[in-house]
Amino acid sequence: MSKQKHELVDFAVTARKYKTKLTKKFINRKFYVDPNPFEIESHIPGTIISLKVKEGDSVKEGKVLLILEAMKMMNKVLMPFDGTIKKILVTEGQRVPKGCIMIELE
Amino acid sequence: MSLKKNILELRKRKEKVQLGGGEKAIEKQMAMGKMTARSRIMALLDNESFTEYDLFVEHEGRDFGMDKKELHGDGVIIGTGTIYGAPVGIFAQDFTVAGGSLGLMHARKITKIMDHALKMRMPLIGINDSGGARIQEGVNSLAGYGEIFYRNTIASGVIPQISVILGPCAGGAVYSPALTDFVFVVDQISKMFITGPNVIKTVLGEEISMEELGGARVHAEITGNAHFFANSEMECFEQIKKLISFIPWSNTVRAKVFPPKEPKFKGNIEDIIPSDPKQPYDVRDVIKAIVDDSDFLEIQELFAANIVIGFGRMNGQTTGFVANQPLVLAGVLDCDSSDKAARFIRFCNAFNIPIITLEDMPGYLPGVDQEHAGVIRHGAKVLYAYSEATVPKITVILRKAYGGGYIAMNSRHLGADFMFAWPTAEIAVMGPEGAANIIFKKEIEEAEDPDKMRQIKVQEYVERFANPYVAAAKGYVDSVIEPSETRSLLLHAIEVSSHKDDQRPFKKHGIPPF
Repeated sequence: MSKQKHELVDFAVTARKYKTKLTKKFINRKFYVDPNPFEIESHIPGTIISLKVKEGDSVKEGKVLLILEAMKMMNKVLMPFDGTIKKILVTEGQRVPKGCIMIELE
Repeated sequence: MSLKKNILELRKRKEKVQLGGGEKAIEKQMAMGKMTARSRIMALLDNESFTEYDLFVEHEGRDFGMDKKELHGDGVIIGTGTIYGAPVGIFAQDFTVAGGSLGLMHARKITKIMDHALKMRMPLIGINDSGGARIQEGVNSLAGYGEIFYRNTIASGVIPQISVILGPCAGGAVYSPALTDFVFVVDQISKMFITGPNVIKTVLGEEISMEELGGARVHAEITGNAHFFANSEMECFEQIKKLISFIPWSNTVRAKVFPPKEPKFKGNIEDIIPSDPKQPYDVRDVIKAIVDDSDFLEIQELFAANIVIGFGRMNGQTTGFVANQPLVLAGVLDCDSSDKAARFIRFCNAFNIPIITLEDMPGYLPGVDQEHAGVIRHGAKVLYAYSEATVPKITVILRKAYGGGYIAMNSRHLGADFMFAWPTAEIAVMGPEGAANIIFKKEIEEAEDPDKMRQIKVQEYVERFANPYVAAAKGYVDSVIEPSETRSLLLHAIEVSSHKDDQRPFKKHGIPPF
C-alpha cells in the first residue's frame, strides 16, 4: 500500500490535476519536437549510398542531396528549398537510424 | 484371432505416432522449459475427455528429400474434448515434429477442426508452437495459413476463439491469433513477431532480443496483442479454464448460469471512493463489491490499465464490465484504452453478454503523440461499439463524467438502457477549473485578485454543475442512487432487460473506424 502511494503523481487533464499512477508506455512516450527546416533528417533507417553535394555548395530546390538505401530501395533525398549546405554529418556507406540529422542547411 | 492381431497393429501404430518427434526431440522441448503438445492438451482438458482426429495423417512434402522423411501427425494434434464439461475443439502444434512447421496437411488438420468447431458451435482453442511455414512445401504452406485466417474470420462472433502462444509464432502465423478473441501468453515461452530480430538487424540495423521484440510481456503490456499473461504453462491453462467458464459456447446460447452468490466484500461500497475528486482509488474494488462472490476475471490487465475490462457474474449470469480506472492516468481514454474497451464491448455484444459500465473519467488524454497516433479514430471505436451493441447496456456514473468521455462511456445518448449516478457524480462538459476559466474569463481577468475570483467562480460552477442533478433533470440519468443500492439495482436492471429486443436496420455490416 505504501509503495502504491509512492507511485502516485500529479497528472493534469485540462485545468485539474489528479493524483494517479502513470503507465510505462506513457512515461516512455516520444515528446514532440518542432521540425527544424534547416535540418535534413533520414525519414527511414538505411544506408547512405552516395553524397551528391559538399559543404558550402549552393543548391537549388529539388536537386538530389544524397541517396539513402532502405528496404532495397534507392531513395533520393532532395533539397527542400534554394540554399547552402552548411554541414554534412554523414559519410558514404554509413548506416543511419530513422530521424538522424544528415545535413544542415543555411 | 486375426482381429486381435489387427488391434495390436493399431496400438503399435498409435504408440509410435503419439511420440511425435521422438524421445530426443521431446527431451529438447522439455529442456526449453516447454511441455509437449500432447501433455498440454491433457493438462487443459477434462480428464480422459480428449478424442483425437487425424492421428495418422502424413505430410505432402515431395521436394528437397522431404518424401523420405516421416513427420508424425504432420506436426499438429487435433481433436475435441471438454473443459468443465463444456465441449471444445482444440489443436496443438507439435514443435518436436519438424519444429511444428506448417505444411499443407498440417494446415488441413487445423482447418478440419476449425470447421468442426464452427459446425458444432463450440469454442475453438489453438495452441501455437511453430517455427512458421514449412519452406520445403512452398506456396502450399502459405495457402494453409490463408485458409486458417479465412476460417478465423468466418467463425468470428459465432464461436469463441482462443489462441495460446506456447513457443514461437512468427511471420504469417501471428495473424491467426490476432484474428481470434483471446490470446494467452506465458513469460519467457511466448514469442510473437512479424519479422524477427535477424531480419530487423539486416534491413534496418536495429538490434533487439527476441524477448524484447515480441516476448510475452511486450504483448501483454505494450502491444495489447495478448489478453492473458501467465508465469507458467499450468497457470495459463487455469486462466483458459476460468475464461471458458464465463463465456458461452456460441452466439446462439447463453453462458452457463451459476448459482447466485453475494459478494465476498463486506463493508460500505462508498468507503472505497475518496471524497476528494482528485484522489484515486482502484475501480476493481468497486467491481468486486458488486459481482457475485467478488469474482472478477480481468482481461488485458497489464495493457492500457487506465481502463478495466473483464467478466463477473450477476446473480449467476455472466456480465461484461467496462470501468475507467482513476488509479492509472486518472482513468482517461486514449488510443490504447479505446481499442481495448471497444473490442471487448463487441465481444460481449456478439455473444449476448450484458455490459455494465462504471464511469469515472476526466476526458481524453491530451498530447501531440495521442493526436498524431489517431486518438480521433481510436476513440471513435468506443462510440461505435457502444452504439452498435444491442445487449443490455447499463451505466453507473461514480464520479467524473466530463465532455466527450461522458458521451463515449455508454451514455443515454448512445443507447444506454439504464443510467444510474451516484450522488458524487459530476456530469459536465469539463472539470470545474477549466470551465470556470472559460465562462468567467472576463470576471477573473478584471478582478482585483484574479486568483481569489477564480476560486469563487470555480466554487460557483461546482455548486451549479458538478453534480448529477442537471443531467437527471433532463432524464439523461434515470436515477440518482445511493452507492449501497448499486448491486441490487444492477441485478434489477439485468433482470428486466433479459428479453431486450433492439432491432436495427438491415445491413451487411457496419464500417467501424478500424
